[in-house]
Amino acid sequence: MSHKPWIGQPVSRIEGQLKVTGVARYAGDYHVPELLCGYVVNSAITRGKILEIDTREAKAINGVVEVFTHQNRPSLAWFDLQYADMDAPSGAPFRPLQHDDIKYNGQPIALVVAETFELARYAASIISVTYKEERFSTDLESNKDKARNPKMGLATFLKPLPAKPSGDFDKAFSDATAQVSADFTHAAEHHNPIELFATTVVYEEDGKLTIYDKTQGTINCQLYVGNVFGLHYNDVRVISPYVGGAFGSGLRPQYQLFLSVMAALELKRSVRVTLDRQQMFTFGHRPPTMQQTRFGADAQGKVTALSHEALAETSQYEDYTEVVVNWSNMLYPAANTSFGYKLVPLDVFSPLDMRAPGGSTGMHAIESSMDQLAYALKIDPLALRLINYTDFDVTANRPYSSKELRQCYLQGAEKFGWSDRNPEPRSMRRGHKLVGYGMATGIWEAMQVLARVEALMTAEGKLEINSAVTDIGTGTLTVMTQIAADELGLPLENVTFSYGDSKMPFAPVQGGSFTVSTVGSAVKAAGKALRKKLLKKAKNMADSPLKNMSEKEVVFERGGIALKHNPDVIVYFKDIVATRKNKAIKTTNMAFPNVFKLKNYTRAAHSAAFVEVEVDEELGTIQVTRAITAVAAGNIINPKTARSQILGGMVWGISKALFEETVTDHRFGKYMNQNLAEYHIPVHADIHDLDVIFVTEKDEIVNELGSKGIGEIGLVAMPPAIANAIYHATGKRINQLPIHFDQLL
Amino acid sequence: MNNFNYTRAKNIEDAVLSVSQNSDAGFVAGGTNMIDLLKYNLIHVTLLVDVNHITGHQAVTENADGGVRLGAFATNAETAYHPLIEARYPLLSRAILAGASAQIRNMATNGGNLLQRTRCYYFYDPHTPCNKRKPGSGCSAVGGYNRIMSILGTSEDCIAVFPSDMCVALATLDAVVTMQGVDRTRSLPFAEFHRLPGNTPERDNNLQPGEIITSIDLPANGFEKNYSYLKLRDRSSYAFALVSVATGLDLKEGLINEARIALGGVAHKPWRVKGAEDFLAGKPPTPGNFATAAEIIIAGAIGYGHNNFKIELAKRAIVRNCLMALNPESQRPGAHPSL
Ligand SMILES: Cc1cc2nc3c(=O)[nH]c(=O)nc-3n(C[C@H](O)[C@H](O)[C@H](O)COP(=O)(O)OP(=O)(O)OC[C@H]3O[C@@H](n4cnc5c(N)ncnc54)[C@H](O)[C@@H]3O)c2cc1C
Ligand code: SF4
Repeated sequence: MSHKPWIGQPVSRIEGQLKVTGVARYAGDYHVPELLCGYVVNSAITRGKILEIDTREAKAINGVVEVFTHQNRPSLAWFDLQYADMDAPSGAPFRPLQHDDIKYNGQPIALVVAETFELARYAASIISVTYKEERFSTDLESNKDKARNPKMGLATFLKPLPAKPSGDFDKAFSDATAQVSADFTHAAEHHNPIELFATTVVYEEDGKLTIYDKTQGTINCQLYVGNVFGLHYNDVRVISPYVGGAFGSGLRPQYQLFLSVMAALELKRSVRVTLDRQQMFTFGHRPPTMQQTRFGADAQGKVTALSHEALAETSQYEDYTEVVVNWSNMLYPAANTSFGYKLVPLDVFSPLDMRAPGGSTGMHAIESSMDQLAYALKIDPLALRLINYTDFDVTANRPYSSKELRQCYLQGAEKFGWSDRNPEPRSMRRGHKLVGYGMATGIWEAMQVLARVEALMTAEGKLEINSAVTDIGTGTLTVMTQIAADELGLPLENVTFSYGDSKMPFAPVQGGSFTVSTVGSAVKAAGKALRKKLLKKAKNMADSPLKNMSEKEVVFERGGIALKHNPDVIVYFKDIVATRKNKAIKTTNMAFPNVFKLKNYTRAAHSAAFVEVEVDEELGTIQVTRAITAVAAGNIINPKTARSQILGGMVWGISKALFEETVTDHRFGKYMNQNLAEYHIPVHADIHDLDVIFVTEKDEIVNELGSKGIGEIGLVAMPPAIANAIYHATGKRINQLPIHFDQLL
Repeated sequence: MNNFNYTRAKNIEDAVLSVSQNSDAGFVAGGTNMIDLLKYNLIHVTLLVDVNHITGHQAVTENADGGVRLGAFATNAETAYHPLIEARYPLLSRAILAGASAQIRNMATNGGNLLQRTRCYYFYDPHTPCNKRKPGSGCSAVGGYNRIMSILGTSEDCIAVFPSDMCVALATLDAVVTMQGVDRTRSLPFAEFHRLPGNTPERDNNLQPGEIITSIDLPANGFEKNYSYLKLRDRSSYAFALVSVATGLDLKEGLINEARIALGGVAHKPWRVKGAEDFLAGKPPTPGNFATAAEIIIAGAIGYGHNNFKIELAKRAIVRNCLMALNPESQRPGAHPSL
């Protein structure tokens, strides 16, 4: 029986049962003997200085071990660079307890360490702090005049700033047959994974640290802890096998990691710090952003002029940037363009990548503007996209490595029934309800960075693969196991993928939808190297039937190496390992993007979303009654986990369009709805009929697997498709997200 | 949350006695609000008296006068799904099921529902001024983020909303609340149980310290033929009402014999206006008449900025809900708008 490839099969999550039965342990779940618990005290003011912080009463409580503040913290690394993690923007990273300065509301200002969590929390509540308050600004709108260009750095290299203007935008725009201009406003959003941020630091007997952390990058945290606390990297091990969602919030080490490590080192004890839900609103978030678009097209519908400007919030100490305005010209090859992206530093914590950072913000403006343009031209919105369709990325002057977006449009429209749409707004209804159809395009870059992977063949003939990568709930463990199993022709149960441990070979932070392409390629590279080694060893065995055989003449299947032309001849892996006194055969390999090949192509995943909404004509209530997203993302390794990713992205898109916002009261400079009862995400009753199509897309350039990331592409097209559907239903363009039903009254 | 003692009351007398002897004691029933208040460090009890083990007052039973008695310690879920309530007071059942989530309703009790605190953001944030939490400190919601706040019966000192759904139906049904103190038992008509904020916003209702709610009585008329509950909110479940309407109609020969309309989400207590109900009496149930009634109910409403929309929304919701009451079968789970 020959090997049937696992790639392409809808394999269920390997760790699924462990998760739903509660066996899987998360960072805050580890039982450690004599563990101390920490609770954080957060600043009640937005900007100023701590004049006094009285911890005497708290310290006097029986069971309270220590209270750390800026006054008694140990002396730590000096330079900003030592605090910079892999995802740090340019600037000076936030350092907890550095001094008496308050930079934002909710800033951690003390850590109480006690015998129990409850005791620590109580002690924290009686610490009295006297502040000297200073004037602050947290409102983007009223501080527009402070906008400036972002500082350049590594982050702006990875997330490029907008292209220079091309052609003559002003002239082309004023000459255009149809012109649209619109302003868009987005609220702040917080990631709010269900798992709270937590770190359990085990202080080992030899003084080394084993750290269970909620993170999207074990090595990122290991390096951070090493650098900040002056520890040898080998003395710091960060473990994070299960992550209860993160969505970008775990891309940077968060302050509970710093505080728990500091306490463990000072007290020479194991310490856990768990944040509560309110505290989940005291670090990174998606920045509030204001955008302006001006699009012009000729009478045939060809887009001739594109202008897109964005103004985003950042903190006073780092220049967080994201790619908001670079997308329109990648999709629509207008010759006259003008793009701008500016930051307004405010008294807030630095924003942080949140699922589809920038793209979900920018594409809302772009695709809503395209819808407006379609109405101005009296051209069907889908037809307008097809008129402007391109396989060539004019922004980089190179073709796409593959682009089956046209198929997304066509197959999505067909399945959705787009042709039933009467383009006239308010023309379709069911009883009291106005019905609207909307569509939009999605794009997300297909990136690859570098990673190393170790592969071992054990004495039992089983394959073990090791990588430091995390699995943030996306199915990484499952797809890596599939990829590895195919490399050696093994059943899944004979492959173990070990991950989420900084001791293992290097993997970057898990974000940007690049994990499968990056770590998956490394798994492939290691698999390939292991095959070579195994064949070589097999050939050297006494009386080997494989002597003189090249790799082309053999197949790896059934737990061994068989002859292609005579499958009865097989040398089992375990027999190969047995000749080496049962010592596992191993190899460690790196995969990195082939820049020489890649530089000639733009690589991106695409999608098209089609949405139906019902809006109550008198009451304004909105329901997304059905939605279809068609995705072109290359080779789909696992259609089941991939579909879940896209469905999750679509739900997120509904959330972004209609529900999610962190509300700030700018008089206090603080977020007001810091809990999951008032920070709304959709409930089941808000989610109706969702469907996903993966169109066939072959890509031999993008990476070894021919596969593009799908973590964000399911989200980007949904908010504009919903806003466009609402326009079609009601005749009202609401360019502010989230859209509340009362705006439709 | 501070350390406190915990005790389980065996009976009502026991419960009342423990709390009346200690001004820092409090009851806990389902705990769905109380535990949050403790965790948010908003209240500090030295003694928590658990009333869940009291025998009696746990059931839903028929009264001699043809009405029904809801035990204070029956859960919201037991009440909503009780055959007597489903058959005779479907308005109450619908209102309860429009509230919170299944999990919370399984824990929440009827007594606790009447006493839940407001969801005003500032009330829950000890670092902002709030007269309800700290009398005299000011009201942050006026001039602040007030999308969820009141438009009716407000005062300069507080514009908070009483968030219950269940109580909107109880107000419509003219329920009676019975409570027991150390030395007396008394009852209050529902309309007199909750208070407007005035200059004492720290007091949500007229329950006296040490008193415990034992039951809520429903009069015989449950408006089971023509009723509707409509709840408008920012998501389909697990969100408080921005505006909700409970309607009970008694129709005779095509005319309204009696109308009851109460609003939730707009004031510090369920909002009922007798003038509007009187106006409808004897008139045909037309959209026009309902719209006039809506104008009467909403008269005097003021918006505070973010919540201005509630004024128009409430009017439209009243009309829609009265029309829905004419056709109760059309109503959808979760009190979504129908028709
Ligand atoms: C996230 C969330 C969403 C919610 N959404 C809704 C909603 O949409 N609609 C809605 O109507 N409600 C909603 N609720 C509120 C919920 O209905 C109330 O919290 C619940 O009814 C309170 O009942 P309980 O038994 O849990 O009270 P507890 O929390 O135990 O007590 C509340 C208060 O009442 C006192 N108390 C309790 N019983 C008695 C008694 N018999 N006599 C005297 N004092 C007593 C307690 O001392 C305490 O002060 C929501 C709650 C949450 C947490
Ligand atoms: S509305 Fe009432 S509860 Fe809210 S801040 Fe003002 S006083 Fe406090």
